[in-house]
Amino acid sequence: MNPHSTYETLRQFADSWGLLILVVAFVVLTAWPFRPGSRDYHRDAANMIFRDKNDGE
Amino acid sequence: MERVVSRAGLWFVLLILAVMAMAAAQDSGFAAHMAILAIAALTGLWLSIANADYGAMARGVLRMPSDPSRYDDDPVRWGVIATIFWGMAGFAAGLFIALQLTWPAFNLEPYLNFGRVRPLHTSAVIFAFGGNALIATSFYIVQRTCRARLAFPGLARFVFWGYQLFIVLAATGYLLGITQSKEYAEPEWYVDWWLTIVWVSYLVVFVGTIVKRKEPHIYVANWFFLAFILTVAMLHVVQNLDMPVSLLGSKSYPLFAGVQGALIQWWYGHNAVGFFLTAGFLGMMYYFVPKQAERPIYSYRLSIIHFWSMIFLYIWAGPHHLLYTALPDWAQTLGMVFSVMLWMPSWGGMINGLMTLNGAWDKVRTDPIIRMMVWSLAFYGMSTFEGPVMSVKSVNSLSHYTDWTIGHVHSGALGWNGMITFAAIYFLVPRLWGRDRLYSLRMVNWHFWLATAGIVFYAGSMWVAGVTQGLMWREYGSDGYLVNSFAETVIALHPMYMMRAFGGLLYLAGAVILVWNIWATILGKLRSEAPMTSAAYDPEKDRPAVPAQSAQGD
Repeated sequence: MNPHSTYETLRQFADSWGLLILVVAFVVLTAWPFRPGSRDYHRDAANMIFRDKNDGE
Repeated sequence: MERVVSRAGLWFVLLILAVMAMAAAQDSGFAAHMAILAIAALTGLWLSIANADYGAMARGVLRMPSDPSRYDDDPVRWGVIATIFWGMAGFAAGLFIALQLTWPAFNLEPYLNFGRVRPLHTSAVIFAFGGNALIATSFYIVQRTCRARLAFPGLARFVFWGYQLFIVLAATGYLLGITQSKEYAEPEWYVDWWLTIVWVSYLVVFVGTIVKRKEPHIYVANWFFLAFILTVAMLHVVQNLDMPVSLLGSKSYPLFAGVQGALIQWWYGHNAVGFFLTAGFLGMMYYFVPKQAERPIYSYRLSIIHFWSMIFLYIWAGPHHLLYTALPDWAQTLGMVFSVMLWMPSWGGMINGLMTLNGAWDKVRTDPIIRMMVWSLAFYGMSTFEGPVMSVKSVNSLSHYTDWTIGHVHSGALGWNGMITFAAIYFLVPRLWGRDRLYSLRMVNWHFWLATAGIVFYAGSMWVAGVTQGLMWREYGSDGYLVNSFAETVIALHPMYMMRAFGGLLYLAGAVILVWNIWATILGKLRSEAPMTSAAYDPEKDRPAVPAQSAQGD
């Protein structure tokens, strides 16, 4: 494979499947915290840092 | 005893190797570096032969509690002190080069000219000050949020000392003229290899601690720290794919040349900003701001969106450093578009941090540490707005190569990174040294205002200087020739350069107050001072401004 066609192959992959995979992964990852029933889980996670009153000192 | 002998033997072998490498070195710079390595090995040898409990000695000198805690905090304490030490060195170097730009007589040839001290300044503030702050705070936060002691305590100590050796080798190398001339990646190949070893050890300690956690959920600050460690490892390795001329010499040649080399450079350079100076410091923000405000983060879900958007977008923004160059046009446009999109997650993160104070805004008035945090978030917002604007091609045609870029970098570095680090230091020191409070809260206030005034002078003067420069460079007359020579723009900028140096002086003065305050706090002193808020409670005045209607009505 000459360098030019390597560039073309990679470029076409980036324009098609690569782009699709990244977009789908991004949408799934950002939508995931909003799945039903996750509100309490996240509220708990946000308050987790206050549970140890003395920070272990 | 056996352990002492084998440890001393290891140091001795290292010492012999360093001395041999020094003798066979191809150039004087490499020989000097091997001498530094030999001194480090000799110190290690002496400490292991003397078999002194140097942990206890250090605890005595640094007044550290003898670690009764459930967490391993000694590397964090060392890291806080190293952060302050390298911060002072980096700020002083910055002031020095600002003075050099204003009055060229300050260029002391050859070791202390601008070209050599400038990378010393950038590396000292980014990698020495920022890097030590990141290592220390990540070790502090990962233990608390995982409720587990640091994994591999010996390796954690190696990370700390190995990183200091990297800093010393990098800094002395710049002054000796050893550089591979890549911005923010100036150290030569052997220092790069050393940093790779240290960084992988850092990753192992951090991931090991997460793996042995007793808390099921991994708090979001750790996501940011992990992204920072992993991405910096990848960036560092790819950026430094070099072939050394000799294994006993300091010179190497890069694998990538021409426009490929330029793209790798700014893929590295911009993501160093994105993942070292942003993701890592956001890890600090997501822990220390809620802790100091004593309220949970405004929206934990928004912090997750902030995280993934930054990860997916930042990595593509690098080409905006190469607009109007030989880089293919589509790549330039890609870099510009992703930079503009990056504005949204950045502001999402800023809003998330600021809104954490929702319902407790009075703390901005009463607590100077919270004020520093709010100010750092405000600068995070300002510089992540300014950045996308400057990456737009038409704006960049004016701003590129001018002092506007320098002003932009410093509003981010002094405002966002500096302020959040100072706030974290003020948060950590009383806790790490078991003190009731800081030596003085009023001195924190002084630090805040000196630093703020310094940034205003710095950013303001560089905006004016940058736009002046950009406009003077592009101005041409009716004859089609450029109107200004380069020297004329330099003359026009001179007052701005003086103001910039003054701003740097103010910022440094604020940091001196930090040193004083932290020093006294570690010694266990408490300054007797009037409280920050003096508004006494007056029951007479504590009534509604508008009298209740029903009382008058019937």
